[in-house]
Amino acid sequence: MSKSFPLSAARPGVITANDLREGHNVWMCADGWTRDPRHATVYDDEAIADLALLQAVAQSEIVVAPYLVEAKRGPDGPEPVHFREAFRQRGPSNYFHGIQADQQAEASHV
Amino acid sequence: MFDIRPVETDYVRQRAAEFRAQVARRLDGSLTEDEFKPLRLMNGVYLQLHAYMLRVAIPYGTISPDQMRTLAVLAEKWDKGYGHWTTRQNIQFNWPKLVDIPDMLDALADVGMHAIQTSGNTIRNVTTDAFAGAAFDEAADPRPYAELLRSWSTDHAEFQFLPRKFKIAISGGKKDRAVIAAHDIGLRLTEQNGKTGFEVWIGGGLGRTPLLGQVVRDFLPEEDLLPYVEAIIATYNLAGRRDNKYKARIKITVLERGLDVMRAEIEEEFLARRRDFHGADRDALAVFKDRFRAPSFRNAPVDGYEAERQANPAFRSWSDTNLHQHRVDGYASVVVTFKAPGQTPGDASADQMRLLADLAERYGHHDLRVMHDQNVALPHVHKSDLPALYAALREAGLATANAGLTSDIIACPGMDYCALATARSIPIAEEIADHFRGLGLEQEIGNLNIRISGCINACGHHHLGHIGILGLDRAGVENYQITLGGDAYDIPAIGERAGAGFPAEQVVPAIDRLLRAYLEVREDASERFIDAYRRLGQAPFKAALYPVAADA
Repeated sequence: MSKSFPLSAARPGVITANDLREGHNVWMCADGWTRDPRHATVYDDEAIADLALLQAVAQSEIVVAPYLVEAKRGPDGPEPVHFREAFRQRGPSNYFHGIQADQQAEASHV
Repeated sequence: MFDIRPVETDYVRQRAAEFRAQVARRLDGSLTEDEFKPLRLMNGVYLQLHAYMLRVAIPYGTISPDQMRTLAVLAEKWDKGYGHWTTRQNIQFNWPKLVDIPDMLDALADVGMHAIQTSGNTIRNVTTDAFAGAAFDEAADPRPYAELLRSWSTDHAEFQFLPRKFKIAISGGKKDRAVIAAHDIGLRLTEQNGKTGFEVWIGGGLGRTPLLGQVVRDFLPEEDLLPYVEAIIATYNLAGRRDNKYKARIKITVLERGLDVMRAEIEEEFLARRRDFHGADRDALAVFKDRFRAPSFRNAPVDGYEAERQANPAFRSWSDTNLHQHRVDGYASVVVTFKAPGQTPGDASADQMRLLADLAERYGHHDLRVMHDQNVALPHVHKSDLPALYAALREAGLATANAGLTSDIIACPGMDYCALATARSIPIAEEIADHFRGLGLEQEIGNLNIRISGCINACGHHHLGHIGILGLDRAGVENYQITLGGDAYDIPAIGERAGAGFPAEQVVPAIDRLLRAYLEVREDASERFIDAYRRLGQAPFKAALYPVAADA
């Protein structure tokens, strides 16, 4: 889904992609890429977001199919706006797989 | 049982090695994603919503116990313990890592399997009747012809860059169980003056422009199969549109140019091409016919089967719904549904795959078939073995007596997995199945095909469902459109949209109203939903789906 949206301070966005080697979903963050969408960098300036997306595209040896997608600010970090992104940030509804399982595994290690 | 030839095993090993090198070049930066993407797609590797997905070919759904065990190894070693049967008789793995896929392809190559041409604008897996070689109403076994088409189309140099993907189905029975009317080419085996041949259909397909195919040739002698199919695809390859992806399938070519124009060009091309076929295809067909010869059927009493039917109501219920009539007395074809309570339609665990492999060896003449409705068939089981087979299936949760009933739902992966989906399919399928199971209405409702797609591409064949459900994104909310009156089998028909869509939580109540209305209006229990719909038209069913406000 490369469909874009008019990014602004009122409609911020995050950059997401898939890990090239393993395929899981990742989000661009301050120091590279994270599997935790709550740590994603939020962009609210179009020019800066465009530059970040170019940088993401340039990292094709790390990620595949990066795109900018709308997000909203929440108490624990950015949250999805569209349900498709909500599913990407959680995992499938028929099995406890994907990001939801990663987050639980991480929490149990703390 | 069919064994792949050694030369082809070498070929798939070579292709696996080639892909390993391509992955290595992608990882070290020698290939960009734009360069790599067509290469991975040629090997069945997609990028989906959460991960990569590997689609493995199961040619015409026929699979040996050893091959099934290899799928179990793939599921356990490189995925999350399960695989998903597709509506084109293939299997998909939802969580492979790109770095592991070369090892997966090597493991597949060891048993003559691969993922070649499971994607891309090529000739895809040739599908057929899951009861091929077993069905009571068969004109001829379609598998030798399917194998001839498979071996001819694999790596066919002329057809690697068609305008769009291309799907062929062959049906051998009087009743079409291969859905030939919804394929780019549909072939129906038939006889004319003592000769075996095909009724040839072209231009069928679902997706955003659902169209049923049309008969382009009433009778094609079997020896002309390859030159004629080649002529169809060559004609399409030149005439098909490449300017618009949504108008690139042969169904649009036929629609825009007319069947008569296509037929004339195909026949001309056929005459030219037939001269270049010098009999190697006919020799190969003879070899394949020999390879698919029937197993040594047993002649044994079936008293134990009848006694168990009398003694065990659960077994009786299962044998009433999940058996298909075999051409040999004393035998039956068994449908193992992957639609148990709480199960995702078409998902099979590694343990279940291994059990099927064991049971096929013990009771099923080493033969297994993946069905287009996301179930698995054991085509040849002697009836005296059915009680033991049933007991073993039941222990593994695979003896649900629901083949062809309300909960035997076809559903695509939808937005739980698919990057193209606009809404989820799986939870809707599970909710409908749970609801009618809970009410105990399934047996009373009888034969019913519910089919769910999570987007307009229609992998869940919703247009062909007696009740079809299409998941869409309406202003950022999942919304489900209902179509009625589709049929894949007896009288092929595209379902008609009933009206405005429903939000997710209103789908089950809507289907409940619809089926209660059906139970009210049907003449008797032998009149299926689709029969009642054909007799009465859409009005009473639409009224049930959309009750007027005054009644509320």
